[in-house]
This record gives sequence, structure tokens and C-alpha cells, in this order.
Amino acid sequence: MTDPIIKFDSVGKRFGAITVLDDLDFEVANGEKVTIIGPSGSGKSTILRILMTLETISDGVVYVAGEPLWHERRGDALVPASEAHLREMRRHLGMVFQSFNLFPHMSVLRNLTEAPVRVLGLSKSEARDRARELLDMVGLADQAEKFPHQLSGGQQQRVAIARALAMRPRIMLFDEPTSALDPELVGEVQAVIRRLAEEHDLTMLLVTHEMRFAREISDRVCFIDGGRIREQGPPEELFTDPKEERTRDFLQAVLADN
Amino acid sequence: MLFGIEWDTSDNLTFAISILPILLRGLVVTIQATILGFFVAMVLGLILAALKAVPSRVVSWPARIISEFLRDTPLLIQLFFLYYVLPEFGLVLPAFMTGALALGLQYSAYLSEVYRAGIEAVPRGQHEAARALDLTGRDTFARIVVPQAIPRIIPAMGNYLVSIMKDVPVLSVVTVLEMLSVARIIGDRTFNYLVPLTMVGAIYLILTLLAAYGVRRLDRALPKTGIPMK
Repeated sequence: MTDPIIKFDSVGKRFGAITVLDDLDFEVANGEKVTIIGPSGSGKSTILRILMTLETISDGVVYVAGEPLWHERRGDALVPASEAHLREMRRHLGMVFQSFNLFPHMSVLRNLTEAPVRVLGLSKSEARDRARELLDMVGLADQAEKFPHQLSGGQQQRVAIARALAMRPRIMLFDEPTSALDPELVGEVQAVIRRLAEEHDLTMLLVTHEMRFAREISDRVCFIDGGRIREQGPPEELFTDPKEERTRDFLQAVLADN
Repeated sequence: MLFGIEWDTSDNLTFAISILPILLRGLVVTIQATILGFFVAMVLGLILAALKAVPSRVVSWPARIISEFLRDTPLLIQLFFLYYVLPEFGLVLPAFMTGALALGLQYSAYLSEVYRAGIEAVPRGQHEAARALDLTGRDTFARIVVPQAIPRIIPAMGNYLVSIMKDVPVLSVVTVLEMLSVARIIGDRTFNYLVPLTMVGAIYLILTLLAAYGVRRLDRALPKTGIPMK
């Protein structure tokens, strides 16, 4: 195996007295599609939020593309990262949120062009071309001039996916991307994510409660509980023949719901 | 006679009509002081709000203390301070400027709180999305947060605009010839206070009603495109 693009090395995360991640070791290979499942409060989303630099870590080191994320190398030592380093590292990553978080005061097109123009320094016309391409890819080419509130939840989430892709990240993080959607809109968002997984060599990290979807698109599924990975493996293995008692209990509980 | 305009005291109505142009001269000064003061307050208030929001306490605490000081001391004291103390340090401003600055300073503290509330009402997810897109802190503030905060704060801003206008008469104590001081001079010279003061009150009432109407119109005209208003 080549060097992992994401590596958590004994990472701990505490909020006060609560331990969210407990000495977590976790690796993702370049281009790999990994789904994280687990009970709520198990630290699934925290892993993504740490990677997106929305949440700091308490212990350990996180590496992205071989570079420490929350640290900078100084000689042989690692020192806490500066904002400049974090900005640089963030370029590797894109994130899709449960609640879409589109900018409500901007048109769909401007949602997609704002960061490429301001951050990557693209010209407006380049950024627009790129945005239209991406909107086309998520099936919303005709909605470019609309505002987010004029779109359905499913459409908003597809715009949010396109917005994240407009920054050309190598790693895409999906934090329960369909949890806030009405059931009939889940499919269209999943279809977009599935296409991404199939047609691009993006590294994808997905937190979801949709087990069937996880099974379809992942190379590997990780079951996390109590801030640790309890079991992981190819989806067909983990879903059909879980080794751990906890995994079995969890799968039974969620699959009974579906 | 004032500003070269004569008055006619033969009866109240004639008197009222004859002093109206004089009072309107004062009104112009009142409106100028209101606009200049409010402009200063908007700019300084935004700076204060931004400084108060800085994570580093070295920056945010002085901003907080200044803001608290400006809000919790009377306008008149601040005005006297600027008018009598600043010249001792060689800074001599015309009375009108001093007055507008004093109004602006005090209201900058109020407006900074309005801004703060508006800024804090922008959901966390907006900041996170901006961060995930690697926008700088400054871009996030100027292009994501502020545009969403503005529609939320317009009504409160309007209230403070009316309020600042009602505080302009305080400037009369440092010889600014705004509407109330003009009315008082007329009263002093004609021994008829009833008519000029009543007129000032009436003009103020009309002004505040107009301002409130204007703010309502503005509030309605502003695009709120999907910005959740709490």
C-alpha cells in the first residue's frame, strides 16, 4: 500500500471531561472510498470536522497528504499549526454538510464561484465556466441564477456538493449528507455522490446512517463506537458477517429501522 | 430678527408663520448633525464590533471597555469633554463638528451592539462553510456574514437614527444653533416661548414619523433572499 492520504496517529479529542476520540488510529488510502458508521455521539462527524479544521485535536497527529494537518514541522519537532498552514492544508479537502450551509444571499452560481475567485484567484469567467460544468454534473445547469431558498433540499445539497468540488479538492468529506432531507429527495443526492465515487479518483470519506448506500459505494466501512474504530472491512464482510458483538447490535438496530 | 429674518408677533398664527423659516434653518443643522453623527456611529460602531469579536483578549477587552464607557456615561459629559478638554491638547474643532462627533461616539457603542447581535444571528454553519472553502477571515466577514446581518439589523438601526435625532438638542449647550436653540433664542427675544417650542415639538414629531416610515420602506425594499429572520 502506498502512503495513506489521511492518517490519524493516536488522535484524542476531548470536550472538557467528555472523550470523543480515544487514541484513534485510522488511515485512508488515496482514492479510497470509506464510510464511517456508528451510533450517534460516537465521534464519526468529529473525524470529518477535525479533517476540515473545524475542530482541533487534543492529542496525537493527523496527516493529510503526508503533511501534519494540525502541526507544522520545525526541524524534527512538530509545533501547532499557524493559520497560514491550515489554509494551505484545507486546499486538499472539501466538505458537504448535513445542513447544506449554502450562502443564502448569493445565487447558486455565486455560491460556486465565490471561493474559486477569492481563494484560488481564478478569473470570474473561468470560475463561471467551472461552476456551470459542475452544475451540469449534478443536474442543475438550469438553476444557476436561482437563490438557495428557491430550491428543494435535495437540489440545495447537490449545489453544496458542486460548491465543494469547485475548489478541486483531493479529498471529499460528506457529513451525513442526506440526513436533513425528506425521504423522496435522498435518492437524487445519493445518485450524485455515487457518480462521484464511480467516475473520479477522489478520496471520499462519508458519515451516514444509510447502510444500503454505504454498502454500495464504499471500498471499506468502519464501525466506530466510543471514539474508537471497533471493526472495519469491506462492506460485504462487515455487513454480512460482523465479528464484533457491538457491530452486530448496532447493525441489527439500524437495519431493523429500514 | 434672526438669520436676517424678521418676525411678526401681532398674533400667534402670524408669529408662527413668520418664524417658521428661522426654525427651518435650525432644522437643517439638526438634520446635518443627525446624519453626520449617525455616519460616524455606523463606521466606529462597525470597527468596535469587529474588535470586540476578535478572539484575542488583548484586542477585544479594550474595545469592550471603550464601548461600555461610551454607553454608560451621559452624552452631555462626553460632549463637554470633547468641547472643553480636547482644545487643551491642541485639538480645536468647530462646535458643530464636536457635537456630531460626540453623538457619533456615544451611538457607536449602541450600534456596535446592534451589529454584534446581527453578526451572531448568522448561523454557525455559514462560518463553517466559509472555512471549508478556505475563505479568509476577512472575506468571510465582509462577504458572507455582513450581507446576511444587514437585513436583520435595519429595524434596530432605524430606531437609533430616530434616537440620535432626538439627542441633537443637547448640542445647544455648546452653542450649536440647531432647531431647539434657535427656538429658545426666539423665545428669549420675544418672550413668547409657547409658539416656537410647540413648533419644534411638532416638527420633531413629523420628522420621527417620517424617519420611521422611511426605515419601514427600506426594510421592505431590502432583498432578504432566503435569509432566515429571527
